[in-house]
Amino acid sequence: MDTGNLLLLVVVMVAVAYYMGRQRSMALARPLGGIRHLHSLPFYYAMRAALWCAIPALVVLGLWLVFDDSFIRTLVIGGLPADQLPASESARGLLLNQINNVASGALPVDSVSPAVAAAAERLGHLRQISTMALAVAVIVVGMLGAAWGWLKISPQLRARQQVERVLQVLFMLCALIAILTTVGILMSVLFESIRFFGKISPVDFLFGLKWSPQIALRADQVASEGFFGAIPLFVGTLLISAIALIVAVPVGLMSAIYLAEYAHPKLRAFAKPALEVLAGVPTVVYGFFAALTVAPFIRNLGESMGLDVASESALAAGLVMGVMIIPFVSSLADDVITAVPQSLRDGSLGLGATQSETIKKVIIPAALPGIMGGILLAASRAIGETMIVVMAAGLSANLTVNPLEAVTTVTVQIVTLLTGDQEFDSAKTLAAFALGLMLFLTTLALNVLALRIVKKYREEYE
Amino acid sequence: MSKTTEQVRQSLAKRYRAEKRFRAFGIASIAFGLLALLLLFTDIIGKGHTAFFEHYIQMEVTFDADTLGIDDATNQDQLNFANYDGVIRNALRERFPQVQSRGQKRELYSLISTGAGYPLRDMLASHPALLGQTRTLWLLADDDVDQYFKADRQGREDSRLTPEQKAWLTSLDDNGQVKKEFNASFFTSGDSREPELAGIWGAVCGSFFTMLVTLLLSFPIGVAAAIYLEEFAPRNRFTDFIEVNINNLAAVPSIIFGLLGLAIFIGLFGMPRSVPLVGGIVLTLMTLPTIIISSRAAIKAVPPSIREAAMGLGASPMQVVLHHVMPLAMPGMLTGAIIGMAQALGETAPLLMIGMVAFIVDVPAGPVDPATVLPVQIYLWADSPEQSFVALTSAAIMVLLAFLIAMNTLAVFLRKRLERRW
Amino acid sequence: MDNASTLNKGQQVRRAANPLQAEGKPPMSNEHPYPEKTVGAPFVDDPKMRMRDVDVFYGDKQAIHGVSLDIGKNEVVALIGPSGCGKSTFLRSLNRMNDTIDICRVSGSLHLEEQDLYDPKMDVVELRARVGMVFQKPNPFPKSIYDNVAYGPRLHGLANKKYDLDEIVETSLRKAGLWEEVKDRLHQPGTGLSGGQQQRLCIARTIAVSPEVVLMDEPCSALDPIATAKIEELIAELSESYTIAIVTHSMQQAARVSQRTAYFHLGHLVEMNDTDTVFTKPQHSLTEAYITGRFG
Repeated sequence: MDTGNLLLLVVVMVAVAYYMGRQRSMALARPLGGIRHLHSLPFYYAMRAALWCAIPALVVLGLWLVFDDSFIRTLVIGGLPADQLPASESARGLLLNQINNVASGALPVDSVSPAVAAAAERLGHLRQISTMALAVAVIVVGMLGAAWGWLKISPQLRARQQVERVLQVLFMLCALIAILTTVGILMSVLFESIRFFGKISPVDFLFGLKWSPQIALRADQVASEGFFGAIPLFVGTLLISAIALIVAVPVGLMSAIYLAEYAHPKLRAFAKPALEVLAGVPTVVYGFFAALTVAPFIRNLGESMGLDVASESALAAGLVMGVMIIPFVSSLADDVITAVPQSLRDGSLGLGATQSETIKKVIIPAALPGIMGGILLAASRAIGETMIVVMAAGLSANLTVNPLEAVTTVTVQIVTLLTGDQEFDSAKTLAAFALGLMLFLTTLALNVLALRIVKKYREEYE
Repeated sequence: MSKTTEQVRQSLAKRYRAEKRFRAFGIASIAFGLLALLLLFTDIIGKGHTAFFEHYIQMEVTFDADTLGIDDATNQDQLNFANYDGVIRNALRERFPQVQSRGQKRELYSLISTGAGYPLRDMLASHPALLGQTRTLWLLADDDVDQYFKADRQGREDSRLTPEQKAWLTSLDDNGQVKKEFNASFFTSGDSREPELAGIWGAVCGSFFTMLVTLLLSFPIGVAAAIYLEEFAPRNRFTDFIEVNINNLAAVPSIIFGLLGLAIFIGLFGMPRSVPLVGGIVLTLMTLPTIIISSRAAIKAVPPSIREAAMGLGASPMQVVLHHVMPLAMPGMLTGAIIGMAQALGETAPLLMIGMVAFIVDVPAGPVDPATVLPVQIYLWADSPEQSFVALTSAAIMVLLAFLIAMNTLAVFLRKRLERRW
Repeated sequence: MDNASTLNKGQQVRRAANPLQAEGKPPMSNEHPYPEKTVGAPFVDDPKMRMRDVDVFYGDKQAIHGVSLDIGKNEVVALIGPSGCGKSTFLRSLNRMNDTIDICRVSGSLHLEEQDLYDPKMDVVELRARVGMVFQKPNPFPKSIYDNVAYGPRLHGLANKKYDLDEIVETSLRKAGLWEEVKDRLHQPGTGLSGGQQQRLCIARTIAVSPEVVLMDEPCSALDPIATAKIEELIAELSESYTIAIVTHSMQQAARVSQRTAYFHLGHLVEMNDTDTVFTKPQHSLTEAYITGRFG
């Protein structure tokens, strides 16, 4: 029985438990003179029975699905003859892959050693057993739970409190997913990064000036790992982000100021959502635009002025990224500017300041922390932006700050290293996670700082 | 007139010039933003509108049993392996009998799409009696031919086609044997290496299943988390920590979620690659913060008097939430969910990480079939060297943007229509 | 309490209802609750500001109905009246602060000496430098005390050298009675001062530009009694060199600081006279009702 059907069966069991629970509570209530003599409404008794059925069954199902694979793998490897046992972690992975492929029929049985063929058969067998056992376990546990829930029903049972308690815990678990996600992100990038730093020293990674992970031609080659000095990537990322911010910050800020302080309500009603459309356009669309329209345009423009412009110039990617970020800056700036109390505007205007003097000398200084927070968030956006640079920036890691040359970024390299063929253990693959760790830590720092500044600013004017 | 007034007057001209400059700068900024938007859209539409049409070439096709290599048109196996290209080539040779050399023949054959045989198979399957007969048919042209007819004079000169091929096409065109038709297959077929055969239906289905998973997971979880944080959570450091996490996750680069999916779901849990289920889970984690934040705002907007009224009638806190707060906050929550979904629909980077970037021809039938999604399809096509894929990419972008605009309009509509003013 | 803030004046005015009608009583003065002409002596010879038939509208809603009055040179005029009577609105139209509200429209003739305030050629920046304003809530800029006071002079280019600016700052702070308290912390933020000090800082900021007229919109409503007393003292001193119009909801304050008092009721100027006369022998029944605390 596959997982989908099993889930369906659980749903049916839960429905039955609900119905039975309801019937029983009604039956109990009848001799007492109606449901008002029960502690809780029949709905809660029924829900309680249903929960008693659903939760154990789903817990068993979930745990089983998460752990059965590694358990079976261990069993299969353990069942191999002693002389066939894999020596290293990576050999183990390769062998498992082979066994898997044989079992699924992707690899002909006669192409592998008899031990592997036997292991493949064993694997298939174990999988069958596991599926069967899972179905049985889920059904038994679900039925036991339902029966328990049903039996316990009595007029004195505080069913409502119990059901509400369970619901509340469920709600809390949902909120905990936020923490779990953060932990998951940290774990996934941290563990692989640690393995990476086992192969490549962190000093070489953080301060190395040469990045060329593609060099590995043969596994036994000396220095087959290539070079993993990430400085060119960091510089490239900062260069493109800086171009983006140079475009987005003045434009976004001035748009926000104009719309908040000067614009006729009609213009504001049109221009504000229109600018926000820019934020809703998927990044892959910007990437396409940057690669096929803006980059050739800039190159032709540069050629006509006698400049040598790379076809994947940092300028093109940065410009388009800047356009993408405009709405982030402008909507955050709009928030903070409108939060500046009107009394400050009145105070300045009342002294005979012009509107622009009021804005430049009172409103912007007052809103500065909030604006800074917004710019930091925008910077974090720019650093983490992937698709525009994947499509419009280069792959070769040039260490340059010339915006007309091609540079590569951290995100581009993560995508390049992790798409296409990969061995899970090579330094090349692991390097992507190390880059991911750097990216996560950088954006985390920027976000936390920005959110703190913005929060403090809000408190000041509340 | 006082001294002050005089001094103020002196400074005025300069100050008003500064004022004007400042305003002009503001207007220029807004104009820049709007212009960029306009340029983006016109560029995409300008490049993509041609992809909605494709060219067909009229041929006298003989369903010759020998060439096809079959004897029974009712036999499914024979139909599947019949040589349809052969009959099309025969038709081409008959139309241009002067073509003799092997190289020229190859050039001639390349005028018709390699996928032009599929309709022949379908015709033969539904009318077995066609075997041995001759019919006048419109056959799908190759993408280079399609490009040639769509191009202007300059574009035709730059075309990759040889002078002979251009001459043949001119002859066909002059005889009225070329027609332009709506490109229905763009909306109904999956991906292909041949631009004239490639369609977005596979990607649309992939996006649909991914979004389905995302919606089913993120909406209930997001609403539950928002309710917990707004209504039940004690005000302590742990709750603060959850909040910091949520706010921070909302700003984490999306590609990081892809790394999470790759390392945890695929690496640790052994889930399959390239499937909408994993994509949906990853996008769920990515959109959850958006949904939680907007749901909390919606819950906050429900006035305390409603809670007090229900509480005063003896409702438990949970009943207050489920019977009163949640229904009243639902429009706001739905709006947030739709905006989150729109974000997820346009997301590409994390899906690249979990292998949804593979070349997949088959249209997925469920959330555990290998699939790609619309934005990834756009990325793949944008990377393809053939010129025709540029138009296809732009057309796919137009479809994606249409979906996004529809979703956002729905969100705005919901907000306007259902939002209560207290 | 009249808490018509400067922020959302429009709403405040709209919400205001006739307190008499609200209580279901007939108007006090027979059919017409408001006199055809303002009772008392609204006009003076050779006034600093001369207003005639001033109407103010917020959109369709009329907030001020044909108010005519004079503000004499170097006198303190108090504008009093119940909540939402339009006194703040009227005050704000005297230096065109109402311009910042889109839907607000002012008609009638308003003159500062011989200049028409609403003449298209009238420069609003110059006007506000000549007619300064102190607001209900102290609103120091989030800058240092020094920068707050120096803000206006810097804008208008009133001081060419640092020395001149220092002098203006010191004089203004002295006039505002704040110098002794803040001279050692001129470069600390103005927002760190107490409410009363903040309001005196705002007054110093206003007089640093040497305006001819100072408008005060309930300057003490956010302050405690001791701070209020200090401000009132200050107003008395300032009246020697400036013309002052002050809106207040406190009749005692009006009586203490002003030479003449105008009583507003629902946008009408009911009565204006010497402060003593208004408070001891009000001529109109509405004024009397307000003075004696029947409503307000």
